[in-house]
Amino acid sequence: MRQVKKGERLFQISLYLFMIFMGLITLYPFLNVLAISLNDSLDTIKGGVHLLPRVFTWNNYREVFTYPNLVTGFNISFLRTAVGTGLGLLSTAMVAYVISCREFVARRLVTALFILTMYVSGGLIPEFMLVRKLGLMNNFWVYILPGLISGWNVFVLRAYIDTLPVSLMESAKLDGANELTIFLRIVLPLCKPILATIALFIAVAQWNSWFDTYIYCSGKQALTTLQYEMMRILQDVTSATTSSMYGINEYNAPRTSPESIQAAITIVVTIPILLVYPFLQKYFVKGLTLGAIKS
Amino acid sequence: MSRTGEESGQLNYCFEKQQKYKRYFQRLYRQRYLFLMVLPFLVWVIVFKYIPIWGWTMAFQDYKPHFSFLEQTWVGFKYFIELFHDRQFYLVLRNTLVMSLLSLLCGYTFPIIFAILINEIRHKFFQKTIQTISYLPHFVSWVVVAGIFTKLLAIGGPINQLLLELGLLKEPVLFMAKGEYFWGIVTVADLWKELGWNSIIFLAAIVSIDENLYEAAQMDGANRFRQIWHVTLPGIRMVVFIMLIMSIGNLINIGFERQFLLQNNLVKDYSEVLDLYALTYGIRVARYAYGTAVGIFKSVVSIILLLVANTVVKRFNDGTAVL
Repeated sequence: MRQVKKGERLFQISLYLFMIFMGLITLYPFLNVLAISLNDSLDTIKGGVHLLPRVFTWNNYREVFTYPNLVTGFNISFLRTAVGTGLGLLSTAMVAYVISCREFVARRLVTALFILTMYVSGGLIPEFMLVRKLGLMNNFWVYILPGLISGWNVFVLRAYIDTLPVSLMESAKLDGANELTIFLRIVLPLCKPILATIALFIAVAQWNSWFDTYIYCSGKQALTTLQYEMMRILQDVTSATTSSMYGINEYNAPRTSPESIQAAITIVVTIPILLVYPFLQKYFVKGLTLGAIKS
Repeated sequence: MSRTGEESGQLNYCFEKQQKYKRYFQRLYRQRYLFLMVLPFLVWVIVFKYIPIWGWTMAFQDYKPHFSFLEQTWVGFKYFIELFHDRQFYLVLRNTLVMSLLSLLCGYTFPIIFAILINEIRHKFFQKTIQTISYLPHFVSWVVVAGIFTKLLAIGGPINQLLLELGLLKEPVLFMAKGEYFWGIVTVADLWKELGWNSIIFLAAIVSIDENLYEAAQMDGANRFRQIWHVTLPGIRMVVFIMLIMSIGNLINIGFERQFLLQNNLVKDYSEVLDLYALTYGIRVARYAYGTAVGIFKSVVSIILLLVANTVVKRFNDGTAVL
């Protein structure tokens, strides 16, 4: 009896230690970057900054916010996240609602069309040519339109709508409401949790994307996103031409090292997500499981 | 004079067909709101998702962008043959498959173990906190993660420092510059990023297992590990297999973000994957037909893998699988 208890305790202790270890290796890089971003750059170069800044300063952030490219990058990223999430959410919801209506005439066809997109894709080059033909090159809407609806999101949402009581919608119909009204006044408000989840997924995808900028908009500086700018900076860590990349000239030469700038940008890019996702945890856990089980 | 049976039969048939169409359109009209609501998105999905598939025809032509479809010259499988004769292609294929397999193995086994362990934590608050922390890297972009790993593995970085202090290294190693390490680095980075997220589904499955089964096992004298082996694992079998199938189907679609961001010229031989190959030899040099051929190859392999995996699991699982 005592042996069982001892073994149990040992297990629990090692489990906790292991989890703490996992937590640490997950958090350490971020804390490290945070420390560097708040540390005076000349001091950082000496090396050895780990979890706490040695010489505290806001200078790195001040620098970051004066670089024109990064500022426009931030604005564009923000804009595309807002617009992309709003439109994407509405579109996904509309499609999900329509295919959840059992009496809809073209239901099977539309459902099949959207399911197929999850498995088959045109590929990089055909999509590229399409974007060109549509005149979306170097155009803000290329961030929004091609990726507007994801099949996965549609089906997760539809699974949720299917759980809503049909009687609700039927009685609304009897009261003379048409499907649009039902959608807007009844279904949408009831789906708030799952909508929050999908909104989170779309928003994160929008905020983090850089490849579309790379392929479609690299010619137009005014349309680059924050992640893209970050990528450019990271790819040229030791480059002597960093000044041209930041969009500055001899009049405002950088007073901080690239490493510190990188750190500051990383934090700026990550903070919005960090602030949001813990609160939506229970939503996306539910959303994921719904999606996996339904498919 | 009455009409013959056959004639009136034919008339009836036409009449019924007419009625059928009428009823169809009547229903359509009654559901006009639904129809209107979905119409723009139907157009969208056809334009953005299905027209590109039509673009697959490019791979069979000597494609020149300024000519219309009918004016292109057809070359059949010329580009595919060229593809299969390219040395570089096999190198790239090897890289893609190796990294995919590694990612599959690690991204599959570890989350399950992690989920099981998380489930064993008694302290609710601790459990929640660890979970929340574990999702964090998933939400951050690969740009950031690549930056983090580059910094970590740098000469003066924490990893080198740690290894030096532990005496495992005599002098710092430039990990990112060594091709042989690339596969490992990508896999570890991927693991670090997605472990928490991937374990969500497994954890949900574990939680849904009936409590009574555990009690029954306990009464039969099973200790914790036996319980896990005989209750937990079988309980999540379905989910495990479904996720396995989906992962295998996507084996070749490993994507290229991490490779693109983590690679440099020194490790190109190990880091180039199919998508990057299509990018370099397709878009960059305007050899669109060739690049499209690569894309088609990828899709075909993907579908084959999916079907194979599905069949295998079906055999294992007596008839139930994804497709």
